[in-house]
Amino acid sequence: MQLLLTFIAKEFKHILRDKRTLLILFGLPIVQILLFGFALTNEVKNSRIAILDHSTDEMTLQIANRLSASAYFDVDRMLQREEEIDAVFRRDEVKMVIVFPSNFRETLLHTHKADIQLIIDGSDPNTATSILNYATAIINDYQESLQGNPSLPLTITTETRMLYNPQLKGSYNFVPGVIALILMLVCVLMTSVAIVREKELGTMEVLLVSPMRPAILIIAKMVPYLVLSFVIVGIILVMGVTLLDVPIRGSLPLLLGESLLFILTCLAIGLLISNFTRTQQTAMLITLLGMMMPTLVFSGFMFPIENMPIPLQLISNAIPSKWYFYVVQAIMIKGLHIESIWRETLILTGMTLFFLLVSLKKFSIRLT
Amino acid sequence: MDSALHVNQLVMTYGKGKVTALNDISFDVERGELFGLIGPDGAGKTTLFRLLTSLLIPDSGTAHVDGFDIVKDYKEIRRRVGYMPGRFSLYQDLTIEENLNFFARVFKTTIEENYDLIRDIYVQIEPFKKRRAGKLSGGMKQKLALCCALIHKPSILFLDEPTTGVDPVSRKEFWEMLKRLKERQITILVSTPYMDEAALCDRIALMQSGKILSIASPVQTLANYEHLLYAVRADGMYRLLNDLRAAPFTERCYAFGESHHLLPAYPNLSESDVRNYLDEKNYTNLEIEQITPGIEDVFMALLEKGSEEVA
Repeated sequence: MQLLLTFIAKEFKHILRDKRTLLILFGLPIVQILLFGFALTNEVKNSRIAILDHSTDEMTLQIANRLSASAYFDVDRMLQREEEIDAVFRRDEVKMVIVFPSNFRETLLHTHKADIQLIIDGSDPNTATSILNYATAIINDYQESLQGNPSLPLTITTETRMLYNPQLKGSYNFVPGVIALILMLVCVLMTSVAIVREKELGTMEVLLVSPMRPAILIIAKMVPYLVLSFVIVGIILVMGVTLLDVPIRGSLPLLLGESLLFILTCLAIGLLISNFTRTQQTAMLITLLGMMMPTLVFSGFMFPIENMPIPLQLISNAIPSKWYFYVVQAIMIKGLHIESIWRETLILTGMTLFFLLVSLKKFSIRLT
Repeated sequence: MDSALHVNQLVMTYGKGKVTALNDISFDVERGELFGLIGPDGAGKTTLFRLLTSLLIPDSGTAHVDGFDIVKDYKEIRRRVGYMPGRFSLYQDLTIEENLNFFARVFKTTIEENYDLIRDIYVQIEPFKKRRAGKLSGGMKQKLALCCALIHKPSILFLDEPTTGVDPVSRKEFWEMLKRLKERQITILVSTPYMDEAALCDRIALMQSGKILSIASPVQTLANYEHLLYAVRADGMYRLLNDLRAAPFTERCYAFGESHHLLPAYPNLSESDVRNYLDEKNYTNLEIEQITPGIEDVFMALLEKGSEEVA
């Protein structure tokens, strides 16, 4: 036991004295959260729009007010003539122009039918679609508020209703994704590199010619990264909740427990990789190509798994981060309990035990 | 099994038998002996060390360390030997003190318990004990590595080229330490590429291409080799070497420090015979001197003979 503590203390010293790596370990999740949260988003916020109102009646003003009151749009200017539309788009001054025809209110009340024209800058289709969705949602909303006449048909009617994420918030998706990604990086990469480094520097040779048991070495390598990753999970959660308004609807202890389980899975994978590699570079390459890429592609974090061809869907089942990603989303966003995710938990547990056993068995007590 | 080391017909190959690292090696090392393995790079010294420290499994043959089989009883062996690999293999980001403490713990002992064994060596690096191992000079690194290998009071010490890349003064100090350890009845197996260190061992084995060419004490090694030898020196050393090699009386001639060593083809070659031959070729500052062969001369002869046999 005392030997184990000595070993763990030594591992902590290795980590804490390598300032650059430490900086990356803690800097990376923070940068990723900020990047995904604020920079790399296709959410629409404060998009500038212009309104060409040929009618200027009570209703068109109300709609305009609703649009500008929302967080998505800023009414930048009122246009007077049709010719101006082309000009404002060319100068990239607005993303959308809303055109109300003349006598909008009268037409609507008398014929129960009126047109609103939405002209959208389509150069970025993602943004354009979002803008379109938001704008129609607001207009539909207004239509429903015209009491007594719920069936008043307006030309633009799009059925967009998002379960759990009515505003299509990207952060609901990427916070669990970033956690999975970072844990993959820290646990798999760092553990495998930490063990392979001993091989590369020759210290493994000295350690092997000693009464030390392999299990002690392995546990000692895992403990510091387990602590470290747990702290990182904490940082990401706190940032997600405070900066990005991601809710934790389910139980926090359950979330932390599942994270702990996934950390163990990753550590076991890292261990396995270190058993088969001899240089830190190989270990790094295998981790990046064999673990990070599948995590990005197959966890459902970037691309929805349901849309993939069946063979790829089957492959995705072998990726641990897929299950963790699902579990985190279920707990944080949907507020589900253990009854709903016991299957995923069991799969992760099984994977962890499998990897641990294989790597303990494969741990070489000699130089190969 | 009373010897500290008993090696019997060890064979080791790499790459599924493509490269033979050790070819039928047998020898014994007595308890308390300082045994040297001398040979050029690639002779198989490191492979032999790794076999004896249970890090590799031989293709065939057996070896016993302290009476324990290197394959079956690897756990016992790992408990009682001290091993210093050829490459500096301590934690560069830990300090001297932390490294030593760590290895003491690994062997379930403390620095205090065996302090008397390492004291002579440790006092020399103790002033720097807060310094990280990666920032030490080559000599200090080796002293620290020796301390770490000694901290559990091993009965046999395996030192793989401990003085390679170390300055001459530190090398001398290092060998003095080995002498002192020997007085404490620790068996030491040490390899070195330096011929001059061979003279400091009790017995030396000359290795080449996975084979042992000879095993004997330094004195014996010299006694077995009674040859007339001349040291020749003059201006224009390169031309001199070529001329000497072309001379009819030359068996072998090689550059040795500041002069060329000339091994005559027949035992009655006199100094004046050589001088007469060279005077015709107009050498200035010509000096010829009969010398007694050193260890290195013996090895040059043995190595040459060995490679002729291999070829």
